[in-house]
Amino acid sequence: MSDPNASVSAAAPETVETETYRGSSLPPEASTEKPRSLWSDAWRELRSSKIFILSAILIFFFLIMTFFPNLLTFGKDPYTCDLKLSRQGPSSTAWFGYDNNGCDVYTRTIYGAKASILVGVFATAFAMLVGGFVGVIAGFFGGWVDSILSRVTDIFFGIPLLLGGILVLSSFPSTDNANLYSEVGKVVLALGILGWTSMTRIMRSSVIQVRNADFVIAARALGATSGRIIRKHVVPNSLAPLIVVATISLGGYIGAEATLSFLGLGLQPPVISWGTMINDAQPYIRVAPFMLFFPAIFLSVAVLSFIMLGDAVREALDPKLR
Amino acid sequence: MQVKDVVKHYPLTRGIVFKKTIGQVRAVDGVSFDLHKGETLGIVGESGCGKSTLARLIMRLEDPTAGEIWFEGEDMAHLGSKALRSKRRDIQIVLQDPYTSLNPRMTVGDIVGEPFEIHTSVAPKGDRKKAVQDLLEVVGLNPEHINRYPHQFSGGQRQRIGIARGLALRPKIIVCDEPVSALDVSVQAQVINLFEQLQDEFDLTYIFIAHDLSVVRHISDRVGVMYLGKIVEIGDEASIYEYPTHPYTQALLSAVPVPDPLGREGRRRIVLQGDVPSPANPPSGCRFRTRCWKAQDICAEQEPPLLQIGTKGGQYSACHFPQVRDILDNDVPTGAIDLSNMPKE
Repeated sequence: MSDPNASVSAAAPETVETETYRGSSLPPEASTEKPRSLWSDAWRELRSSKIFILSAILIFFFLIMTFFPNLLTFGKDPYTCDLKLSRQGPSSTAWFGYDNNGCDVYTRTIYGAKASILVGVFATAFAMLVGGFVGVIAGFFGGWVDSILSRVTDIFFGIPLLLGGILVLSSFPSTDNANLYSEVGKVVLALGILGWTSMTRIMRSSVIQVRNADFVIAARALGATSGRIIRKHVVPNSLAPLIVVATISLGGYIGAEATLSFLGLGLQPPVISWGTMINDAQPYIRVAPFMLFFPAIFLSVAVLSFIMLGDAVREALDPKLR
Repeated sequence: MQVKDVVKHYPLTRGIVFKKTIGQVRAVDGVSFDLHKGETLGIVGESGCGKSTLARLIMRLEDPTAGEIWFEGEDMAHLGSKALRSKRRDIQIVLQDPYTSLNPRMTVGDIVGEPFEIHTSVAPKGDRKKAVQDLLEVVGLNPEHINRYPHQFSGGQRQRIGIARGLALRPKIIVCDEPVSALDVSVQAQVINLFEQLQDEFDLTYIFIAHDLSVVRHISDRVGVMYLGKIVEIGDEASIYEYPTHPYTQALLSAVPVPDPLGREGRRRIVLQGDVPSPANPPSGCRFRTRCWKAQDICAEQEPPLLQIGTKGGQYSACHFPQVRDILDNDVPTGAIDLSNMPKE
């Protein structure tokens, strides 16, 4: 027993025991046990998913492009163009080449992320809020409330997203003093007004599943109001499918924005987005394919990474798939 | 509490936009009983006989189609929503499945503390945590587990959480809707003992619904037997189990497994023929007549009322031909029940 290490290891379990004992006699606030909620379980599951890590890294880069584009463009300005350089191919000074007006395609692609990501995020948020709210009300209250809301949803659902987007956007043409935010807001409205219906359907069906759960009955027996039941019991337990669909459709909205911009209806120059860049590149696809190629690649990767993220989230939130 | 002719019919509808009622499911069809303070009333019956619907009607989780539920001078069945909300403090429920009756996204502290948030007057804000921990201790759980989530507990522990939640508002009546049927047998005994202990401690009245006859016998003071939405026989525990007079009660009791192989041989089992008729289209007259070995013409014509049997009082049977039949091989002492007009089979 002269070995100090030996005595330490022998004393160690004793210390642990005294600690647990003391822990139980202390007021429970001192209990350091970490609660394991279902959300934290899902988060643990997510962190070990390779697809999640890959998509998270990609989305992280897109977010940097959105909020700090100058970090990636070495201080170049996307509106500083030199007509002499028109349609020059990729080189060491301009990695993605120059477009028709002699603007640096790399810089413009980086700056273009902002409009696309903002449209995606805000259109999703809009659709999620409107669709989620209508879905909860329809699913929870049922009966004639559900019938009316569901029929309204069906009417909106019947209008194709792109056709409706074209209609809305062509009814409100851009004014001359359009800036990024008014343009983005217009596209967000056009996409959101037609996109909330699928969210409503998802939310409604998952609320109906939870509505008659035993814990809701118990809460009602306690005298809880409908508002409280919705807030505390129904929404937290029916939100998962909505989150998954929202993540996946975020990619879809980015694609839809690009499509509308390509058709000349979505975002208008001088706002830079991947859609407008693809639109600009279209007449020169043979002479300068790089003008089309780079923004299109960025668009595809952005859409793909959000869809992958949604997939990973779905797997993490659905315990049956584990 | 007094339950008077409570009826719950669910409409069967056809069509999506223009709904047409094509029939009624008579889930509970005229149930009456009295519940005395401090007693345990067991309700037994097979699946689909309306036990759980009855529980929900008493809790006013469903609005009865007809009938009255009198509790402390007020008709629970027709109370407005505000008055009902405060009245709910006095009647609570413990549900069957401990795996679905607790919100998986709330901590135990939030689940057991929810009653205090709804009825804010019961416990002042600062004392709520303490109150929740006291409740957990009362039901035999570690009060330190207040921050755990339901999935970190076993079935028996979860049911204790459910009991703590039901107990939080210090109710006078607790409706137990098959509270132990989802649990292991060994855990069932613990939970039932907990129910009995709580009854003494908090002066509770129970309505204990189950399909396990031995569990009901253990805990109940009085027992009601339900068949197809009606109570066919009701009485104190000893008379129902020892002197059953309704053929359905007799058949039900004869199906109880006997653990003693020698006793098993002497037992006369009654095996009922056929299935339970659909509650959407119950038989005329006596509902049990389609499966009854004593059925006569009168059974199809007249519905037998729930009439008092014997002189001791308290036992009521809804049969045209009530007869004591010794099912569980009890030594029936003559004179314990008035058999003057009831020939023994």
